[in-house]
Formats: sequence, structure tokens, C-alpha cells
Amino acid sequence: MKKIVENIKTRFKVSDVIHQRENMTFVTTGKESAIPLITWLRDYEGFSHFILLSTVDWNEDGFFQLTYLLNNPVKKVDLGIRTFILRKNAEMTSAHHLWEQVATYQREIKEMFGINFPGSPRVDESFLLEGWDDVPPMRREFDTKEYSEKTFFPRPGRESNDPATYMKSKLYPNEEK
Amino acid sequence: MGADGKLDVDLDSQKYIKVWQGPNHPGVTGNMSLELTISGDEVVDAKTHVGYLHRGFEKLFERRKYIQCFPTCIRMCVPEADSNEYCLATGTEELGGIEIPDMAKWLRMLALEMARLQALLRIVPGQGGTMGLGIGVQWGLYVRELILDRFEELTGGRIYHMYILPGGVRGLLPDGFAARMEDNLKKADQFVKDIQDLMYNNAVFKKRTNGIGYIDPSWVDSFGIVGPVARAAGVKRDVRLDYPYLHYDKLEFDYNIETGSDIYARSMVRLKDLKTTIDLIRQILAKMPDKGDIKASTPNVLHWKIPKGETYVKSESSRGEYGFYMVADGSEFPRRINLRGPSYTHAVPLLEKLLINANISDVSSIMVSLGTCPPEIER
Repeated sequence: MKKIVENIKTRFKVSDVIHQRENMTFVTTGKESAIPLITWLRDYEGFSHFILLSTVDWNEDGFFQLTYLLNNPVKKVDLGIRTFILRKNAEMTSAHHLWEQVATYQREIKEMFGINFPGSPRVDESFLLEGWDDVPPMRREFDTKEYSEKTFFPRPGRESNDPATYMKSKLYPNEEK
Repeated sequence: MGADGKLDVDLDSQKYIKVWQGPNHPGVTGNMSLELTISGDEVVDAKTHVGYLHRGFEKLFERRKYIQCFPTCIRMCVPEADSNEYCLATGTEELGGIEIPDMAKWLRMLALEMARLQALLRIVPGQGGTMGLGIGVQWGLYVRELILDRFEELTGGRIYHMYILPGGVRGLLPDGFAARMEDNLKKADQFVKDIQDLMYNNAVFKKRTNGIGYIDPSWVDSFGIVGPVARAAGVKRDVRLDYPYLHYDKLEFDYNIETGSDIYARSMVRLKDLKTTIDLIRQILAKMPDKGDIKASTPNVLHWKIPKGETYVKSESSRGEYGFYMVADGSEFPRRINLRGPSYTHAVPLLEKLLINANISDVSSIMVSLGTCPPEIER
């Protein structure tokens, strides 16, 4: 795995290399070089299996983290390519041309995080939610509890408990608060 | 054909009709809709519509402590809940720096194989069920109930077990468990013989599965195909063998491969998987120690702050690679937990492609042969 990372470093600017396990490594690269890097990894380093595309919302820092997880089925190693994009201008180059399933991930991310992938097939079609007109629901600022209270009528006689406090009082009744 | 190479469908021409299959599901999959455009009895366009089982699990995880995520995560794929428990526990342990005891690894492996067995006892005959061959499903569900009895004995639950938790497992095997399991496995052996006679040697089943839903082996990488669907295309993919976890490297088994890459080949791979799983449970019960620690020491789970980091952990479910991408930000709450289930690729882009030019009566068979499980798409 270290050799693959060394090869990457000769061609692309990467940072924050973390060898999480013997067969699992994460690297960070810039927004502009992310798609060229994963293209090169697919074509020249044997990372032919695309595992997933995931998004992490670092709202306090003003960034979205996009993680492209790739797998090399011959060398049996996984590689996570991280890149960060501004929340204010949430747009990323599409990778739908590299693997067929990427368009589905991008379509879901557009709906759930509001990140656009111009040119990605059916990216504007709703994936899970129909007629959603609120903040993209997987963004950190979207409050599910507040949304539920605002949208649905409360049922009379229903008692709500904070899960953490309730569980603590049940499991550790003698522990100090 | 339009300029974009896609079929121009003029519904007013009366050559085409739109048919919605679902969201009631055709047997053993789960609720999702297929928007089919039909010409005669041939599908000319297909779009999947998911969202009927969306419960916002991944959003809920961000507001819950790691231990509170367990009762939620198991619902991300009902037929095989234990893979969720395993991945969430393993990811939490890896990020939290916990090493589990040897005995816990054996017991986790036993739970995962029992989960695979009960899942295969549904889906193997379920393939015939899509063609009206319902009796095999009844036979399979009978044996599955026996395995669920063992689960109830081991964990207290039948479908959702909550047996695998951070640090290890919840309990040792009850007295006499192995003997009762052996009785059940003999019934499973008999089921394997019976279902071969009933389904695999059935002329109608063969005619309706051979050459139907063909997947070119080159699509395995381009569509992210995993598990039995990849193995039926002749491609060796099994997380247990490729990336041995727990004590799978101490068990003797091999890839179950077919080359037909159609519904029949996928059914045959699953039947072989069923035989392998029965054998693996016997191997595990024979090789595992009688006693040992089952849980490592962990911090108080209600105050456990997991150090900043990220990982991807995976296991082989009955449907293929099943993984959790987990990100911790140093707090008591996960920053992000993202499930990668086989259905995400199998039941959306791949299914949409396979349905083109399929006969409408084969739609549900193709859908089941891909191991479709919509909750893991929607999370």
C-alpha cells in the first residue's frame, strides 16, 4: 500500500496520508485533482472496484468532505480519496463516466446534501424524497426533531424522553448526574 | 431513437404503456417501485423508485451515541440484521482502539453464519416463488424458523438479535446448543436435497431462468457487482476469503463459482452458498473453544468519546459485500455512518439495465436474483 501511495505522490499532490489498516489507506487531495486521481487509480493501479461515494458535513468549518472509496481486487487493498469542497459553493466534478453506479451516488448526494454534480445523468431527479422543499436533510443544520414538530401534529398523552438521559437513568440509576 | 440514443416513447401512439410494479414487493425483496414502459410484453424502459422504506437512519445516527445506534442499524436490512451489528461494532472498536477476545470472534462468526443460513433459506426458494413455485418457500421457511429458534435461544431475539456489541458479544452458547443446532442442520441438509428436486431440476424453472437476466462478466467492475451475483459471472468475490476477518482464515471453504451469469447460475451459487454455510456452522461449532472471555473492557458506552478518525469495515453478507464507512469527530456521537449495501448498485443502475428487453413476466425473477433489499438503498 505504501508503494501505491508513493506512486500517487509522484503524480498528484496529496496530504494527510493515514494507513488505517494494512489494507486500508486514506489520502486527501484537492478538489481539482480528485477525479484525475481516481481515474488514474482505476486505469493504472488496478482500483477497478468502486465501493462508495460518501459525504461528511463539516459545517463548523464550512466544508463538505467527499470520500471516494476504491478497491483493488487483485492486491486486495482499499483506498479512500478525500477531498473538501466549500459549503457555500457546493459543486463537484462528476465521476459518472468512470463507473455506472456513481451517477446514483451523486443523485442521492444532490438530494441529501445539496451538492451539485453538473452533467451527471438524472442528477436533478428526486431519489428518495418527492416534493422536498426544505434544507437538504442530511446537512447538519437540518433538525429532524424541529421539522417533525413543525410538520406533524402532536398526539395528546404522548410522553417523550431524551434517549441518553432516559437510558442512563434506567441502566445507571445510582450514577451521579 | 432520440438524439441522446434513448428510445422516444410516445404513449399516445398506443404502442407503449406504463406499468408500475410495486411498491408492494414480489415476494422476498422489500418495498420499491419499478416504473416500466412496456411494448407488448417487452420492457423497453425501466426506472427504479425507492423511498418507501426511508426512515433516515443515517441522519438519526448523527444524533445518537454509538451504543444507541445499534437498535437502529439492525433495521437497515431486515433479512440479515447481523451484518449491520457486526460492521457497526467492528468500526467502533477499530476507531476506539478495542481488541475483542478470541471467544467473541468465534461467537460472532457463528452468529453471522446463522444469519446467512436463515437469509439463504428465504432467498433460495424465493427465486422459485417469483414463478409461482410457492411450496419450496414453505419448506424453506420451516427450516428457517428452526434456525430462528436457535437465535432466540442464543440471543433472546428471532429477527433482530443485538448480540454483537462493541467489545464482543452478549453471551456464551447455552448448554446443549450444538446438539440442537446439529438437528436443525440435518433438516437443512434435507431441504437442500428436496429443493434441488423441486426447483433446480424443474423444467419450467430451468426454462425461465437459463439465459434470462444475463450479466456480462465485464460489468462486475463497471457496476460494482459483488457477492453471489459476481460469483455467478465467474468472478471470485467473497470478503470472507479476500479479506479474512474474525477466524474465517481457520475455516476450510472456497469460492462458489458458476459461469452462466443468468438467473439459474445465481440461484445455483446461492444453493452452493447454502451448503457451504451449513458446513461452516458445523466447522465453527467443532473448532471453537468451550469457554473464554466474550467481551473486552470498554469505556462506559454512554460517555464513550471515540477519537477523531475514519474507517471502512466490511463483511460478506448473503448478498455480497456489506460495509460501513464511519467517521468519528472525537465526540460521543458519530459524525457520519454510511452503509454500503449490495442492493445500492444491484437494484438501481444494474436492475434498470437488465430489465431493458426483458419480458414483463421475468421482471420480478430478475429483481430477486440480484438480491434486492431496498432498505439498504434508502437507509
